[in-house]
Amino acid sequence: MRLPIPLDVVKKLRVNDVVYVTGNVFTARDSAHEKMRAMNPKDLPFDPSGMALYHCGPLMKQEQGTWIAVSAGPTTSSRMEDVEDIILDRFDVHVIIGKGGMGERTSKALKKTGSVYLAFPGGAGVFAAEIITRVSQVYWLEELGMPEAVWILEVKEFGPLIVAMDSTEQSLYRSP
Amino acid sequence: MDIRQLERGIVQMIAKAESEIPPDVISALRKAYDSETGAARLQLEIMLENVKLAKRKRCPLCQDTGILTFFVSAGTGFPAIGILKEAIERAVVQATKEVPLRPNTVDPMTSTNHGDNLGYFLPHILWDFEEGDEVHITALPKGSGSENMSALGMLSPGVGLEGVKRFVLDCVKKAGGKPCPPIVVGVGVGGSADLVMNLGKRALLRRVGERHPIVLISTLEKQLLEMINKTGIGPMGLGGKTTALDVHVEVAHRHPASLPVGVVIQCWADRRASMTIHKDGRWGVQ
Repeated sequence: MRLPIPLDVVKKLRVNDVVYVTGNVFTARDSAHEKMRAMNPKDLPFDPSGMALYHCGPLMKQEQGTWIAVSAGPTTSSRMEDVEDIILDRFDVHVIIGKGGMGERTSKALKKTGSVYLAFPGGAGVFAAEIITRVSQVYWLEELGMPEAVWILEVKEFGPLIVAMDSTEQSLYRSP
Repeated sequence: MDIRQLERGIVQMIAKAESEIPPDVISALRKAYDSETGAARLQLEIMLENVKLAKRKRCPLCQDTGILTFFVSAGTGFPAIGILKEAIERAVVQATKEVPLRPNTVDPMTSTNHGDNLGYFLPHILWDFEEGDEVHITALPKGSGSENMSALGMLSPGVGLEGVKRFVLDCVKKAGGKPCPPIVVGVGVGGSADLVMNLGKRALLRRVGERHPIVLISTLEKQLLEMINKTGIGPMGLGGKTTALDVHVEVAHRHPASLPVGVVIQCWADRRASMTIHKDGRWGVQ
């Protein structure tokens, strides 16, 4: 599927579907989420519209001024549980990629905004780095450091991703 | 002894720990792959493919290269004990650039990341001494996804071993898919609050499939493994038969009024590597 994925297509995705995505994703972890929560969309230095939000703190290296992803698997999504509904509400983001699943608050926000949560195995960092064709931009690197910065990545056939939470409040994760 | 020679060896050990997982873990993952279906099988397939890729490219298999803990057992006859700490610290700085490692040490007061993986008390070095003139070091890089799921229970001794099992099982259930299952669970029982967590972490140094020599303890390990795999949490929390690859228990004697339990969860990328340094400075990484 090519990003941005039309909203009516996202809404039709159901848990256990397997998808591959191509296009732009932006990474955001705890600190980037906090910053985005405190900002209006027009004040953001980048436009997340249509991109997938990737819960990832990549390991990058710079060669001759160009950033290259060395290892870039997903980070634990549940740390963003208290903020994600606000992000989904405020920004035009409908696809989240992460690992380990999210809670009820996010599940409700996925329903409200017609969005999905796609799971990729944590720890599969080199596999994920292989599908990153270009690191286009980085924001807040100085301020937040490598793992917490927002990296804009071009990905080609990122997957297999499993639809683990869909827009009908279905989730593959069981509550403890 | 030339500190640069030791530094070189320690960098090699860190590189190996970050880019290869030990054969015992790989075979446990393969076994899990053979027994699973659907989403669970797909997760394991990607994990195993990633293991191959990381080894071939000599890249850290997970972007979370973790906080590094070094278990050092120094022979009292080793002639350069005094430079070991500095050699380890220099190696961490060098490995951060060379392997590379993600800069993961952040000042707890200011959240500043100064980029070299050093900091107050880090890397964490656990010292032990033995007879002889060699030094044995094991590096255990551990990511925060699994480390965040660690738990300490100061149980009432009256709950007994059944209470210990309930506590461990509750921790694993609460952790769900977050620590990247299939996990390896290190459990400490007894001692004090700090000692029991240390035992839980030390338990992770044992090979997957290696049982404790004391039958009472190995029985507890087998029971816990069976209970954990019955939860159905499965690979990456997407459901399945394999939630844990193994459970290792280490014990210490306890105060009659205390029953500490320390649970330290390791992700499927159960990374570790060891090295021996000989008295003349020659070293070998295993």
